[in-house]
Amino acid sequence: MLKNDKDNVIKFLETNLVPILFVIIIAFALPLSGFSVRYLFNEIIVRLVRNLFLVLALLLPIMAGMGLNFGMVLGAMAGEIGLIFITDWNITGLHGMFLAMILSIPLSILLGWMCGKILNRAKGREMVTSYILGFFMNGVYQLVVLYGMGSVIPIASDSIVLSRGYGIRNAVNLTGIRQSLDKLLPLKIGTTLIPVATFALIAVLCVFIIWFRRTKLGQDMRAIGQDMAVAEASGIDVARTRIISIIISTVLAGFGMVIYLQNIGTMNTYNSHEQVGMFSIAALLVGGASVNRAKIGNAILGVVLFHLMFVISPMAGKNLIGQAQLGEYFRVFVSYGVISISLVLYAIRKQRDKARAGIALADAQEVRD
Amino acid sequence: MKYLDRIVEKTGWPRLIIGLFLFSLFIAAPFAQVKIGTSLSDTLIRFGMNGIMVLALVPMIHSGCGLNFGLPLGIIAGLLGATITIELGATGAASLFIAILAATPFALVFGWGYGNLLNRVKGNEMMIATYVGFSSVAFMCMMWLLLPYSSPTMVWGYEGVGLRTTISVEGFYLHALSNFLAVRIGTFFLPTGMLLFMGFVCFLVWAFLHTKTGTAMTAVGSNPVFARASGVNIDRMRTISVILSTWLGAVGIIVYQQSFGFIQLYMGPFYMAFPAVAAILIGGASVNKASIMNVLIGAFLFQGILTMTPSVMNSIIQMDMSEVIRIIVSNGMILYALTRVKKGAH
Repeated sequence: MLKNDKDNVIKFLETNLVPILFVIIIAFALPLSGFSVRYLFNEIIVRLVRNLFLVLALLLPIMAGMGLNFGMVLGAMAGEIGLIFITDWNITGLHGMFLAMILSIPLSILLGWMCGKILNRAKGREMVTSYILGFFMNGVYQLVVLYGMGSVIPIASDSIVLSRGYGIRNAVNLTGIRQSLDKLLPLKIGTTLIPVATFALIAVLCVFIIWFRRTKLGQDMRAIGQDMAVAEASGIDVARTRIISIIISTVLAGFGMVIYLQNIGTMNTYNSHEQVGMFSIAALLVGGASVNRAKIGNAILGVVLFHLMFVISPMAGKNLIGQAQLGEYFRVFVSYGVISISLVLYAIRKQRDKARAGIALADAQEVRD
Repeated sequence: MKYLDRIVEKTGWPRLIIGLFLFSLFIAAPFAQVKIGTSLSDTLIRFGMNGIMVLALVPMIHSGCGLNFGLPLGIIAGLLGATITIELGATGAASLFIAILAATPFALVFGWGYGNLLNRVKGNEMMIATYVGFSSVAFMCMMWLLLPYSSPTMVWGYEGVGLRTTISVEGFYLHALSNFLAVRIGTFFLPTGMLLFMGFVCFLVWAFLHTKTGTAMTAVGSNPVFARASGVNIDRMRTISVILSTWLGAVGIIVYQQSFGFIQLYMGPFYMAFPAVAAILIGGASVNKASIMNVLIGAFLFQGILTMTPSVMNSIIQMDMSEVIRIIVSNGMILYALTRVKKGAH
């Protein structure tokens, strides 16, 4: 009994190492930063609105055993291209935002399909491949947006085109749709503004994910995530199902990017998507997810913890050693460190399970002799 | 036709396209009023600058650890060696060798730790290597601010603490190798010393791969089961290869600095693994196979494209698309290699 308890504690620590570490860091840094609780609460609401949809877009490929979808930046690019067009056509408000989402869909499907095809050729190394694919497509995105737009693809508005006549400016002003969703159903609690409409949209996505898990397709994905060979043997079209999971993830990432940028109000044409990929993945892992297991709760907890750390660390660094720069480097280090630790823990666990399975098999054969 | 098919099959489409692209750049260069002499010597200089960092990938590919995306770790060892040398006040050409010596213990320790980590995560090396590289660069960003350096050439003049983002190596080992036996004919400049040094290091690695340890290392990479059966300690071989890779990364960045003229700290080494990886793949290496020849061909082709594209493109179409072409070429090459891994490689 006692031994069992100890095992459970160890297991709990093992699966929740990253969130626990984060809570400790925050517990140290929070008093040092000197921020008020009200300010932090405000910040957390803003960060949840901005990032939660994007983080949730990562869940399906994890379910299908494809690991962390670093290819979500492809969806983010599709969302950005949608936003460029609606800004050019001067369609504002909620209409503009939804039109940007609709425009991103065909592009996301195309990119997701391509990504899925490529990942099927790199089974077992999906993460590093999708990561490099993100870099590669960033080059293609630059080719299209920096050279193609305004020369091949017609862009009428002078305000978003570079003065040389083609290419989109570094920063695109999204005042037309700025917070159009957030301000749709505002709810004021004290001094905090809670954007009910955005949270409702996120809730719809959560319901979709829960529902999707129970469909035939969702069950197939989970079977593939458990064991690809077994799933194949039981008649599931593994390649097709994997592609679908990536396509859905890419489309959702496109929507997520539009929501993210409507909250911020300006688009950093050539950098936004890259950062979004890393921060979303780090946030999900901070919430206690791993490469093969992630829940909606992990996403919510992750966004809260990760962004809390993000908000407080520069101030904490400044008050601790007088250098805000140090805090900024610290949060970059933590973002990458968290992903590293999670990847290493997952790999070690996988190898240990494999070794255990091998020993079990050997034992079974021993008995037969 | 069949013969042609075989060539395409063997070299692979991306490599062929990149080769033809570079070839057409050289053909187009005279019509675009680009001076062949300058282009060629620029290519050679960049070839020598980056060559050892490309070479650093070879040992780990040989031992089956895959492409070393964790190269920034070795580069950090080199940066520590370089900054310590300047801190100690060593000057002149000899300081280059002091820097390499000073970097060596760091490279050994980092490489040992990194190698042990990679031994625990077999099959996932590349993704973890990428993030080990990123995290170590981010960690060192804090250290560059905190470590007690005091040399006035390196710290921020205003506050007197924390290292600058770029530090000039002028007066220390600037062009220590490049100017050795250098040849100048008009606009053409041949950095003989640097190329000789690179050739020497390549020879050392080649010789090492043919020793008993080197052969055992290759055996671990190509067939781990066979290697274990013949009594080779797999984990030990892999660790040695990672240490060697890390040390070569450290030497590589110091050689790079002596030609470039600056030590780049903070986020400088962040993306340095990717061009090296792209170069060796363009040279004909794959995720589990690489030779010194791949290094030389790859570094030359890749650096050739980087040097020629801006000048030729600029004068033909008045658009500087070189940055975009660099991103697409290098990552496209890595992507191609990752999707071409033969089954049962692990």
